[in-house]
Amino acid sequence: MFKIAKFITIDLLKNKVMLLYLIFLWLVCFGLFSLQGQGDKALTGILNVSLLVTPMLCLIFATIYFYYMYEFMMLLHAQPIKRNTLFIALYLSLVLVFTLIYLLGAGLPLLFMSPGKASILMIVGTSFLNFIFIAIALGVAVWTKDKSKGMGFSLLIWVYFVLLFDGIILLLMYNFSDYPIEKFVLYISFLNPVDLMRILVLMQTEASALMGYSGAIFQKVFTENWGISIILLLMFVWTMVPLGLSLKAYNKKDL
Amino acid sequence: MIKIENLNKHFAKHKVLNDINLQFNAGECVALIGPNGSGKTTLIKSILALVTIEKGEIHVQNENIHNQSAYRSNIGYMPQINRFPEHMSVHQLFNMMKSIRSEVTDYDLSLYEAFDIESMGKKKLGILSGGMRQKVSASLAFLFKPEILILDEPTAGLDPVSNEILKDKLKQSKEKENKLVLITSHILNDLDDIADRVVYLMDGSLYFDKQMSVLKEETSESRLNKIIASILNSEKQYV
Repeated sequence: MFKIAKFITIDLLKNKVMLLYLIFLWLVCFGLFSLQGQGDKALTGILNVSLLVTPMLCLIFATIYFYYMYEFMMLLHAQPIKRNTLFIALYLSLVLVFTLIYLLGAGLPLLFMSPGKASILMIVGTSFLNFIFIAIALGVAVWTKDKSKGMGFSLLIWVYFVLLFDGIILLLMYNFSDYPIEKFVLYISFLNPVDLMRILVLMQTEASALMGYSGAIFQKVFTENWGISIILLLMFVWTMVPLGLSLKAYNKKDL
Repeated sequence: MIKIENLNKHFAKHKVLNDINLQFNAGECVALIGPNGSGKTTLIKSILALVTIEKGEIHVQNENIHNQSAYRSNIGYMPQINRFPEHMSVHQLFNMMKSIRSEVTDYDLSLYEAFDIESMGKKKLGILSGGMRQKVSASLAFLFKPEILILDEPTAGLDPVSNEILKDKLKQSKEKENKLVLITSHILNDLDDIADRVVYLMDGSLYFDKQMSVLKEETSESRLNKIIASILNSEKQYV
């Protein structure tokens, strides 16, 4: 497995998209830090970029990459290699490269310019977003044989998690504002890893004070260590479920 | 060597393989032919477990292949479509394959040398032409000295010289090394000299399965092209 993963990782590192991603992250981080100082403002800026760009790139790139490797994977399958092994090798290489690029591109600047709990949680959270969205992307690619359909689904999933989900929550809060639904909203946000990550980092900054009554509840729950542990646990579940489903679908797929 | 029993396969509602029963033995070269979409590639992919089997069984060297992977160490496969990662060089590809199959140390480099793959070793796989990719793929299929060779449209993009090299190699594998060669092609002329048994698939069903010598006698033709044409024509007369 690791032999195959090694070769796929090398192939990924030679990909120009990865280099562009790295340069983009550097530009964003150094740009925001030099424009807005070392405070929470720059941190929330980087957080927003991580929340929007990382899932999108993971979804789109991993989907394309699966189709691109398809014939080659078939050749590897003709060797005495189990399907599980090959799929996990592909997943691990994608995850490894994406996490590495994020660590280099945003992790290092964050740790140098604004060392602290928020930065570390941001790096951990984004790594989890990588794990989650690459697993989802591979699932989509396994599920749809048609390239353009697969891309479309991936984009749709991105729009759902980043935009539509927040809209639904906002609608809920607006319509039920007469009822005490803060706790309820808290549980609903468990259904979206992007929201989990946002809460995880924002609660460590001063911006959480601006979030009103629900912010207060969130802060009460999530700044303590067990709150952080719960979020990380949830993100782990969010990784394992799509990965397991993708793996299962891949094992049954007609290549 | 390979035994296929009651093999059935659907893609959505379309029936691709319909109750196929076949047996292939060592030292045989079987030509698998049939019109486009008759299920040739699906049959091959079923043997390699690239396609899941829904009904029926396949035994390779007396072992049921269901949920197995080790049996594929005895199969050399050359796929119909060859696409490799663009950034990988030919050398890297061979090194990778060798490292995956590290239990094999004795390589068959005759095609590797005959096709002069060494000279394009540093080239990236992305810039190779279709024919060159096929040469790479053919050399890979033979590299680990498999007992069974499965080739899907091997000659489609090869130049005449390379075509002859590959055919000689196949002949030699069959006659001297007692290997099983399973080959599909639409270029029937290429199969004339090497095939000694013809399996004809039509709409996913077995249309006929006969020895080449029997076919030649029945139709009193010597070229496979003519044989197939004459069989199909005689069938039409009855309809």
